[in-house]
Amino acid sequence: MSAIGGNSLRTPLKNVRGLGSAQSGVRHWWLQRLTAVALVPLSLWFLWLLMGLAHADVAMARAAIAQPVHAVLLAALVVSVFWHGALGLQVVIEDYVHTRWQEVALQVAVRFGAFLVASACLFAIARIALG
Amino acid sequence: MAEFTLPKNSKVRKGKKFPAKAGARNVRTFRIYRWNPDDAENPRVDEYEVDLAACGPMVLDALIKIKNEIDPTLTFRRSCREGICGSCAMNIDGGNTLACTKAIEDCDAGDVSIYPLPHMPVVKDLVPDMTHFYAQHASIKPWIRTQSAPAPDSERLQSVEDRKKLDGLYECILCACCSTACPSYWWNPDKYLGPAILLQAYRWIADSRDEDTGARLDDLEDPFKLYRCHTIMNCTNTCPKGLNPAKAIGEIKKLIVERKGV
Repeated sequence: MSAIGGNSLRTPLKNVRGLGSAQSGVRHWWLQRLTAVALVPLSLWFLWLLMGLAHADVAMARAAIAQPVHAVLLAALVVSVFWHGALGLQVVIEDYVHTRWQEVALQVAVRFGAFLVASACLFAIARIALG
Repeated sequence: MAEFTLPKNSKVRKGKKFPAKAGARNVRTFRIYRWNPDDAENPRVDEYEVDLAACGPMVLDALIKIKNEIDPTLTFRRSCREGICGSCAMNIDGGNTLACTKAIEDCDAGDVSIYPLPHMPVVKDLVPDMTHFYAQHASIKPWIRTQSAPAPDSERLQSVEDRKKLDGLYECILCACCSTACPSYWWNPDKYLGPAILLQAYRWIADSRDEDTGARLDDLEDPFKLYRCHTIMNCTNTCPKGLNPAKAIGEIKKLIVERKGV
């Protein structure tokens, strides 16, 4: 009778129980909140840094980022932003994309994309700070 | 992808109009969703003009009056007419609630629109198919699960404080207003348990007499069964019994974090 599950010879409970509980999800939930909390002070600091650099030229900006405290905080911001973003996009895809191959492709693309861009940012910070 | 538009055969069309009888003193129009599985027609919205001067105060009174006096083909569930059975849950004036406890005068000015609970398969008119919802309820094994044998000469006892922890949970009548108001439940009803079932699951987790808390949490810790809840709060806003399913879900999440040791 139910439109969910399709095959009417299966019991509704069979459809509901499906493959059972994944017994995971708490790590994702915790990390999403942990990165969110980290982003509050880091974002405020980043805004403060940007305002200080409003009228700076490239050399001044490089000098500011090269300071150890700024370099470390900027690296922490990059890790938190992309980690938090990837976790969030994962949920959006799980919510809305229900064609299996599209879902897998998008999940892989989000993970790879976040990792690549974050790596590029960290490399740029390292080059400015160390180089 | 999630479906954001209705399929072609579900597009709602303009329906029939049933004007009030001459001499009606206080007319209000009810716009009601109609769909009959026995003809090949699309759903339609019929308009019924009801004389409120000769009608009870609740939306259910108007529905019964329409069925009795205007159009006997109108189909809906109702039983207790006092908000305890949950049968007459439907979407009234844009929100899910019980027709028997929703006063007509509390509906916003203008016509009163009445639809079945959103995003459920429709059996006929205002009657949704609850099969899957009830199976989800069965899946959490909503009964006391113990290992210890009960004392031979008494009930399983519970302190007054522990009993208080069930207040706000035991009142749930499983009308499904909350689950069918939840966008997460709309997009993933096959895997997400939804607020009503999760509140019921927490009702047993919070019960001091139940001894299977760990297994209950094991069964719920799942990206879809539990963590599709994004704290949208539609459930709590719409609950006709004034309960807070979102808080119950939050408590489940907190317990799972707690046993993880963070």
